[in-house]
Amino acid sequence: MTVQQRCTIVEAVQLPSGGVSMTFQSHGMAAQIAGPGQFVHVRCGEGLLLRRPISICSWSVEGDLIRMVFEARGEGTAWLAQRQVGEELDVLGPLGHGFQMEPQGRYLLVGGGIGVPPMLGCAKHTGEHNTAILGFRSKDNAMLVEEFATCCESVRVATDDGSMGHHGFVDALVREELERNPGYTAVLACGPKPMLRSVAKVAESFGVPCKVSMEERMGCGVGACLVCACKSADGHQKHVCKDGPVFDSKEVAWDDRT
Amino acid sequence: MTEPNMKVNLAGVELKNPVVVASGTFGFGREYGQFYDLSELGGICVKGLTAQRREGNPAPRIAETPMGILNSVGLQNPGVDAFIAEELPFLRQYDVKVIANISGNTPEEYGEMCEKLSAAGVDMIEVNISCPNVKAGGLAYGTKPELAAEVTHMAKSHSTVPVMVKLSPNVTDITEIARAVSDAGADALSLINTLRGMRIDINTRRPILKMNTGGLSGPAVLPVAVRMVWEVAQAVNLPILGMGGVAKSDDAAQLMLAGATAVAVGTACFADPYTPVKVRDGLKELAHKQGLESITQLTGGVRPW
Repeated sequence: MTVQQRCTIVEAVQLPSGGVSMTFQSHGMAAQIAGPGQFVHVRCGEGLLLRRPISICSWSVEGDLIRMVFEARGEGTAWLAQRQVGEELDVLGPLGHGFQMEPQGRYLLVGGGIGVPPMLGCAKHTGEHNTAILGFRSKDNAMLVEEFATCCESVRVATDDGSMGHHGFVDALVREELERNPGYTAVLACGPKPMLRSVAKVAESFGVPCKVSMEERMGCGVGACLVCACKSADGHQKHVCKDGPVFDSKEVAWDDRT
Repeated sequence: MTEPNMKVNLAGVELKNPVVVASGTFGFGREYGQFYDLSELGGICVKGLTAQRREGNPAPRIAETPMGILNSVGLQNPGVDAFIAEELPFLRQYDVKVIANISGNTPEEYGEMCEKLSAAGVDMIEVNISCPNVKAGGLAYGTKPELAAEVTHMAKSHSTVPVMVKLSPNVTDITEIARAVSDAGADALSLINTLRGMRIDINTRRPILKMNTGGLSGPAVLPVAVRMVWEVAQAVNLPILGMGGVAKSDDAAQLMLAGATAVAVGTACFADPYTPVKVRDGLKELAHKQGLESITQLTGGVRPW
């Protein structure tokens, strides 16, 4: 059952990367989260008509808390980034289908940029035998790396400019990791579409299942308005908010340029 | 004082209250049915149907604008047969009037869909001659009086339920189309559909929408809708379902005073799914405050200078 709640912010922290980590009292939403990769749809001020979909970074059912980590990218997220502890947010959620993970599974978690936060949820809410590969533009944009280190077997970083970790894209590290250890249950990824496409390609070449979290400009967030279309391999349009945001990589029409 | 009567009659279709949800913003009801009982609504205009399944336009299909949104969904829908088989039985569980919105490529297609939907037992048919997001049919029918009349005639002659024609605001004189549609036998009119618009990313110099242009809705269009409902109400003697930017009950009251019998809520649901219920409650409160016995007393009650 989807709920709309007014949720009080209990923590709002500026990250060194420029992102914001914000935790709110969820009024029971946390208990409804089916798994990592779902999102909340947040009202960002009175003047903006559309809510902003923000991925759930982590949550606590006992504490009734949901944490989201985001960057101020536009008007809406800039408004959200300025909210303080004690203020209320109008939140819809949890929405969408996230990553389905087996408790005993061993996952290769791949995040790029602002696609990194939901992967922390994957790391925290399953076993301890996961590997994280995180990609950023540069060292200055790196976020949550230490937190991944506390719950993953190993963490590797790639930066576009080589200022931290591997100089280049995450897919090279994914290839290295799968060459070394093809026994992963699945590769789970969130990030920009070109990154997801190349990660999916590598995973498929090793025969490892790959799930990807897609992004698209969204309207209602619940599947009614049909704007967040994502073309699937069978030619039909799926919708990121309701059918996704997580899809099997083989479901996605990667070469769709229309 | 007794409770104001909220019932309205839209071309013979009795709505328990004047609040309907607008086509294309509410799917087939399943999603918002998770938030409240759909029987709370006066009616549901379902997502626009076509004779065959349509995948719609490529994404991005939405852009936010000052007090509005642009969309270019492009009539994505499972087709009229799938609607009748899979969606209509779901909607029929609720005590709510089901209004089927249809778009055709030819007048004949409109006729065929009307036959099927009448037989399937929808309460009303809303003939869309005003979708700005498809090449064939759609807007072309809505901007030429002769074509609008032809489609209306075809729909009427193939329907056993009331036919409402949805008008486009993307015309110089909306009353001209309204008269043509009225003369061709329409039972009711709904207006307005979205206004064509565009938004450009100044850094990439690309339009936000993949289709470049789309249809504008939201509070930004309310004054246009009020004006057009007012003009059409004076030009023809047909009940009107008014829509365009309704976000609160005062907005709905304006459309009714301008001449609408009922109102539809659309875009506002994206920000607040409960908007239609709040609009209904607000209208009831307004009627109570103004000492009206029936909400119908608002319709056409504007006192122009």
